[in-house]
Amino acid sequence: MPERVEAYWRANVALIRNLLLVWAAVSYGAAILFGKALAGVKFFALPLSFWFAQQGSIVVFVILIFYYAWRMNQIDAEYGFEE
Amino acid sequence: MSPEAWTWILVLLTFGLYLYIGWWARVRDTAGFYVAGRGVPPIANGAATAADWMSAASFISMAGLISFLGYDGAVYLMGWTGGYVLLALLLAPYLRKYGKYTVPDFIGDRYYSNMARAVAAIATIFISLTYVAGQMRGVGIVFSRYLGVDIAVGVLVGMAIVAFFAVLGGMKGITWTQVAQYTVLIIAYLITAAAISNLLTGNPVPMLALTFTDIAERLSQIQVELGLKEYIAPFQNFTMLQVLTITLALMAGTAGLPHVIIRFYTVPKASDARWSAGWALLFIALLYTTAPAVAVFAKYNLINSLHGKPIAEVRQVDWVEKWERTGLLRLEDKDGDGRVELRRDPGANEIVIDRDIIVLSTPEVARLAPFVIGLVAAGGLAAALSTAAGLLLAMSSAVSHDLYYRIFRPNATEGQRLLVGRIMIFLAILVAGYFGINPPGFVAEVVAFAFGLAAASLFPAIFLGIFDRRMNREGAIAGILTGLVFTAVMIVLMRSPRILGTPEPIVESFLGINAQGIGVVGMILHFIVAYVVSRMTAEPPREIQDLVDQIRVPRGSGAATAHD
Repeated sequence: MPERVEAYWRANVALIRNLLLVWAAVSYGAAILFGKALAGVKFFALPLSFWFAQQGSIVVFVILIFYYAWRMNQIDAEYGFEE
Repeated sequence: MSPEAWTWILVLLTFGLYLYIGWWARVRDTAGFYVAGRGVPPIANGAATAADWMSAASFISMAGLISFLGYDGAVYLMGWTGGYVLLALLLAPYLRKYGKYTVPDFIGDRYYSNMARAVAAIATIFISLTYVAGQMRGVGIVFSRYLGVDIAVGVLVGMAIVAFFAVLGGMKGITWTQVAQYTVLIIAYLITAAAISNLLTGNPVPMLALTFTDIAERLSQIQVELGLKEYIAPFQNFTMLQVLTITLALMAGTAGLPHVIIRFYTVPKASDARWSAGWALLFIALLYTTAPAVAVFAKYNLINSLHGKPIAEVRQVDWVEKWERTGLLRLEDKDGDGRVELRRDPGANEIVIDRDIIVLSTPEVARLAPFVIGLVAAGGLAAALSTAAGLLLAMSSAVSHDLYYRIFRPNATEGQRLLVGRIMIFLAILVAGYFGINPPGFVAEVVAFAFGLAAASLFPAIFLGIFDRRMNREGAIAGILTGLVFTAVMIVLMRSPRILGTPEPIVESFLGINAQGIGVVGMILHFIVAYVVSRMTAEPPREIQDLVDQIRVPRGSGAATAHD
């Protein structure tokens, strides 16, 4: 039982880590740290960094949470922890 | 029909709906009162969370803030939505699995300490109180501007409505009224945004109009021609470091706000808490992806309607006259050429626009149908009342459940606890109403407090309680106190002109970080101190480590109920 819990937890933490990397890349990366650099790149009518700063990152955040809910349900089932 | 008549009709209709729902959802037990009997479906909880979260500030002020900050307004857009990712991935499912009533419950039990419980309860009360004052203020502004009612009367009416459904229905009444309030506020926001978007760009979908038409670039050019800052270029109002720290502080603060966290206790299962966070952010994103579009449209429209126009002609316009009377719009022909002009230099600028009127004035400036004006008023009230209700419940449960029941009177009966809960909500409403009518001069400063403190105290403590099995009582208490004291002291020192009345801020900035972002430093110190102290002291008892293992797996959260 404890090994199964450990393995389940490792899978969960790995998933969280990967999703938070995306979370940080679109907000802190594209909109802030590379905000100046990506201002010259066009995304339709807007500078790419402006789009990420005011709209794009929010869209990505929504997708991340739904993906996590969906993927965690699968992981719950794989390890036999589904409700 | 006149806009006033429409406003009365829509406000009375929506208020009647909230009262009806409050009566329908009245409760008789503490589980119903604190966590709505844990029977709320994930989508409904998502809508309720969205209404809970989107305050008068989100509805009325945010688009205005962004239109003045341009690109750097992203701190609010990303900060207030990105926190949901932290909440959904790091906190919500585990707290639901743990399955008690409140945030101080978790902190008190996980760190086997009534001191930790009391500190968490006090932080909850303080954070919620600072917030609720602003909501009542929003209610007052809407009543006074649209219905010609005195601000004090408006606040009293708002208090009476909230008191009715919150005292009667507790979390259950609040939840279902919030679902209705979300519907009202999002319809009001989107209709207004779609109409002005269609008017200016020919595209009725505001989010798409912002991305696919050149309106933002045109606004940016006009601003440059007027000598104002470039709208679409980064770091014009904040430095990169400030944008980074403010965004992070708002994200961690959002994840640590107690009135938002307790919403995830109301769903049936841990997996429902995950879905529910997704729905909440989707519902929030509808408004948050529209707000930057509204910011651009409204500012573009305002500049076109006012800049360079003869002052006599402008003063004839109905909405200009009404907003000038509230003091939120000020026109002055300083150079005496008969025209009003927007200028960067405050000494020469002839048009002063308060950011709070950007959203509220949009329907009039864009000459939309009179019923839209009433709808915006009803939407602003819905946003303020729903958030106020959630905050009041968080405060009431911190006092009645965490302090009264868990610390002072552990043998109180169900009936006594329910009664104390209701009395506390009632008292909290009185306090909130008082601050709504007599707002302390530093309300806006205090919002920085709420987020900074949540980021520096509650968020790290809950996170470590779940992800670090070895974290113990000593580490947690040292960490919470370090984060709280550091952040509070720094904010007071940086905002001392408004809080202490000193002529200059005592501390200008901390390594270039301002008061809004300082919570991040408090949070980092919290993590470091908690880690070091916990590793130097004894590990937590066996049963606490088992508790952490239990929280980490979702199975069985349906069965886990209250401790009594």
